[in-house]
Amino acid sequence: METMNIVVLIKQVPDTWSERKLTDTDHTLDRDAADAVIDEINERAVEEALLLKEAHGGKVTVVSMGPDRATDAIRKALSMGADEAVHISDAALHGSDTIQTAKVLASAIRTIEGVDLVVAGNEATDGRAGAIPAMLAELLGLPQLTHARRVEVEGTEVRVERETEDGITHLAAELPAVVSVGEKINEPRYPSFKGIMAAKKKPVTTLGLGDLGIDPSEVGLAAAFTSVVESAPKPPRGAGERVEDQGDGGVRIVEYLAAQKLV
Amino acid sequence: MARPPMPDPLALLDIDSLLTEEEREIQRGLADFLDARARPGVADRFERGVFDRDLARELGAFGVLGMHLTGYGCAGLGPVAYGLACLELESVDSGLRSFVSVQGSLSMFSIWRYGSEEQKREWLPRLAAGEAVGCFALTEPDAGSDPAAMRTRAVRDGSDWVLTGTKTWITNGGIADVATVWARTEDGVRGFLVPTTARGFRAVDVPAKLSLRASVTSELVLEDVRLPDTARLPHAEGLGAPLSCLNEARFGIVFGAVGAARDCLRTTLDYASTREQFGRPIAGFQLTQAKLADMAVSLGGCALLAVHLGRLKERDRLRPEQVSAGKLNNVREAIGIARECRTVLGANGVTLDYSPLRHANNLESVLTYEGTAEVHTLTIGRALTGIAAFR
Repeated sequence: METMNIVVLIKQVPDTWSERKLTDTDHTLDRDAADAVIDEINERAVEEALLLKEAHGGKVTVVSMGPDRATDAIRKALSMGADEAVHISDAALHGSDTIQTAKVLASAIRTIEGVDLVVAGNEATDGRAGAIPAMLAELLGLPQLTHARRVEVEGTEVRVERETEDGITHLAAELPAVVSVGEKINEPRYPSFKGIMAAKKKPVTTLGLGDLGIDPSEVGLAAAFTSVVESAPKPPRGAGERVEDQGDGGVRIVEYLAAQKLV
Repeated sequence: MARPPMPDPLALLDIDSLLTEEEREIQRGLADFLDARARPGVADRFERGVFDRDLARELGAFGVLGMHLTGYGCAGLGPVAYGLACLELESVDSGLRSFVSVQGSLSMFSIWRYGSEEQKREWLPRLAAGEAVGCFALTEPDAGSDPAAMRTRAVRDGSDWVLTGTKTWITNGGIADVATVWARTEDGVRGFLVPTTARGFRAVDVPAKLSLRASVTSELVLEDVRLPDTARLPHAEGLGAPLSCLNEARFGIVFGAVGAARDCLRTTLDYASTREQFGRPIAGFQLTQAKLADMAVSLGGCALLAVHLGRLKERDRLRPEQVSAGKLNNVREAIGIARECRTVLGANGVTLDYSPLRHANNLESVLTYEGTAEVHTLTIGRALTGIAAFR
């Protein structure tokens, strides 16, 4: 392989430190309720793409579907060193489910010529479906190497280590392919001053559904396979049980855990 | 039900609204980096009196060193972005901001502004990357506010120069690879780039400081240090050259002081909201609120002044007496805020667990270096009256 043409999927999510909630009207994400940030797992996906670019040469394009303010998340990825971006923004996408999202992302990726590798985070911190990378691979007809903790490219082959509870699986596939990365993949870099200043000069292509040839009636909440019917905030945590240690603290803890069927 | 305290006291006046999006990103980006890499352990480094040399390389990779210069690997930030970076650095510790100011605005600026092309190529990329450290030697034991009284001499010997003298209070001196040394010659003051490995050059660190403990301060001794003429900064003629470098660094202090004060006030707001006496948080007492309110108003004023001077500098309209006004006011206010914050913290405030007294101690140096408060006062007095009271 001469150089690599890499696409990274990024998603702007509500900051996990802020209070996250759904709207009362249609139970979709209340985007005004919380600070919006690039999902941390996506920073790792961008980092991995940049490492591959630094090793093999090439180009990194970030692709994001989201409302106008997702440009902040896109600029963060560009500040880190990604070369260009595609931003899919269309009011009709509001409330889209995972299948619709995967179809839209696949259409957008098809507008980029000669993609060798698509890198995504394994799941977003807001929806937590964890399904997009696999769906996307299916729609693009590409092999999927998910939950990677290590990614290597040699020649036209990509090799991935996937960590599961049972052990480590070694996966390999011919490029082009879709890879999703987990928390242990790397430590994302901080955007440098030069990166931050260069970001605003990098090309960002904004696409609507019309540009992708997608009928607005196929996407959005009304056409979604899944939607949220009801939601309630988590009940506040109980006060817990206080035990004075009178020399039998250890025994009391084990008794408690046994009663909860935890030991 | 009480709301939590304002996380950033500068939000009182919405200082952010004066900044461009890029300036905010620069500030936030550096703040995130410093929270992860510089803030942890800073009290310990202050206590042990050590500078983190590895952090210098990381700051270089980030683009912090010589950030306001262009070319030679420098980031080329505008004046306000440069100021905001100083603000974030000094919110960690004045010693860290001092390192960056001396490296970027004194050492690198002196080479960038007055050096030959060869000198720039030799030193600027390495200094920008943090691989090399620079220092700036103007002050002497008997020539502080009056640098024209300097005794360090550079004498021609054939095609060489021979430098002799003693410089003191030199930030970064003991860890520097290159020193910009100012010396008296037959033709007036000239600057020289002295590699610290030169024969006859020696640095002795000031041993027992009560301020800026997390940065290195040294005395430099030059005993017949022989240098070729290529070591002389060719475009620096007279005392105006080093004074112009100091003006650059001072501009950073105008913002830096705001950072130190902000960190004090942030710490204190947090403390006052959780510390309970007489059955309620001490933030609920009017005497405490009066202190907090006065400090937040003063801090906001300092920030407004800093941004205003930055905008003047953008348009090349910033005059030295305006920088003097900024440094005088902001450092004076910052040290006042730091001390007042300590009173809210009570006995806890005298420990290294809380930043205000560390900042206050650091600001004692900042009040004095790069032009004492007294000299800045007289600079403003001269601008107002037309009469120079100090010469």
